[in-house]
Amino acid sequence: MDAIRCQGVCKDYRVGFWRRRVRILHDLELTVRAGETFGYLGPNGAGKTTTIKILLGLLHPTAGCAWLCGRDASRPEARAAAGYLPETPTFYDYLTGEEFLAFMARLAGLARSVAREQIPALLDRVGLSGAGSRQLRKYSKGMLQRIGMAQALLGNPALVILDEPMSGLDPIGRKEIRDIMVSLRKEGRTVFFSSHIIPDVEMLCDRVGILLGGRLARVGRLDELLGTEIDSVEVTLAGLPPEAAATDGALAPPLVQGDRVQLRLRAEAEVDALLRRTLAAGGRILSVVPHRRTLEEIFLAEVAERGRR
Amino acid sequence: MRRVLAIALMTFTEAVRDRVLYTILVFALAMIGSSAVLVTISVGGEGRIVKDLGLACITLFGLFIAVFIGIRLVSREIERRTVLLLLSRPVGCGAFLVGKFIGLALTLLVNVGAMALGLVLLARMLEGEWTPPLLLAGGFAFLELTILTAFSILFATFSTPTLSTVFTLLVFVIGRLSRDLVAFASQFDSLSLHVTASAIYYTLPNLSRFTLGSLGAGGPLPSEATLLLTAAYGLGYLTAVLALATAIFQRRDFQ
Repeated sequence: MDAIRCQGVCKDYRVGFWRRRVRILHDLELTVRAGETFGYLGPNGAGKTTTIKILLGLLHPTAGCAWLCGRDASRPEARAAAGYLPETPTFYDYLTGEEFLAFMARLAGLARSVAREQIPALLDRVGLSGAGSRQLRKYSKGMLQRIGMAQALLGNPALVILDEPMSGLDPIGRKEIRDIMVSLRKEGRTVFFSSHIIPDVEMLCDRVGILLGGRLARVGRLDELLGTEIDSVEVTLAGLPPEAAATDGALAPPLVQGDRVQLRLRAEAEVDALLRRTLAAGGRILSVVPHRRTLEEIFLAEVAERGRR
Repeated sequence: MRRVLAIALMTFTEAVRDRVLYTILVFALAMIGSSAVLVTISVGGEGRIVKDLGLACITLFGLFIAVFIGIRLVSREIERRTVLLLLSRPVGCGAFLVGKFIGLALTLLVNVGAMALGLVLLARMLEGEWTPPLLLAGGFAFLELTILTAFSILFATFSTPTLSTVFTLLVFVIGRLSRDLVAFASQFDSLSLHVTASAIYYTLPNLSRFTLGSLGAGGPLPSEATLLLTAAYGLGYLTAVLALATAIFQRRDFQ
């Protein structure tokens, strides 16, 4: 069974004084399989949060349908299997971390005894075990994000939906959230998270969807998107005059630093010829580094392509 | 039902931690207490002055709580987006609003109860005898306030806090005067005036039904059937208002 399915989902908002209709999501077709970590990538305003809110029944789609774990996403019972961390979450300031989690546990339908077991364990898991009795108004931004993550994990949901979980966090906070996401994957849970931080997506995801202007531009496994072919090869040589290193296959002019020359070549055949020439001329080969396309390059290429259209 | 009670308890906790509530309550008790001063400058009917003023205070300050705290608690959930967390759980819009309503009604019950008890004690001190009907009058004032709470929740689901306050206060004023409005319209031959007055009378709650001020002041006790009918009318009306609020809230987008 698919953890998430969107079929022809469109969303219009009415904006301005004349209530002009603006389409935010265009005919979205998306499937997230159970147990996978899916990164929903897109620039600000692409429609990532809108998609998530439709999945959670917080927004009504203008057209199309969405399902969570096989259930109509507009029905409250569909959300029983999901945990959700909103973007920049706000909580009840006057509650302590433990009181807040106890309240959310009751909303999740957990028995009191189960909640009593889970709350200390979750506080420990998100690194807040010493702060459970402190009021939320005294939490830092990173701590709020972590308590938000803890409430999303209450009841061990099969599906965890995280909206920009790393936004606004310092490098340590980001690593902690990333570690939790990795552990969720190991536990076999489905993680659907939106982000515009590409290295995070590249590091964590099984599959990626790129959303641009409300349209799903690309979707697939990371290795499918990145490809296995080598995009270019970076060669660093020494003890060779720059003119000897000149080659037609260079993607950019050679970079010279002292007696070192750095070149970026397109084809592997040109690399072989250059290396042979270098050795014949008495030069040294310092490094040969193959480069594949990064997700960032794919993402930027998609954005540029959309800009041209 | 567990989820509804969880939201109700949270709303009650949030309300009792609000300093505004205590300010209103202390001020109301001070007003009721200060009515004893009026007794010293009046000739005859001392108990009646205290009871009338006390019941008016219960309604007035209860109205403040129902309108200002009620609207604030619902609007704040939406403005601060804590509602996103609540509704992302298997909680329906109806459960959310009913939970909010019960929490607010509980807050009102505690406050109206405190004010009514204060009034009964004051009347006992002045008259030397207990006046249990005052508690009945307080109970009907509470029912009237719960209807206004339901209206404040209804308006908070689709409009701004300021507009919601204005709308709820208008419901209170018109609801209190609707019977007089119909009587006033009957003195004229204008069909449109009759239709308008009747439309207001039948659409908005007839809040004057819940005013048992004369009872508190030693007037005749309404029949049991009248009291039960009034209570049923109140419960039916607030159920209808909450159902309407739920229908509107369900259609709402939380951006």
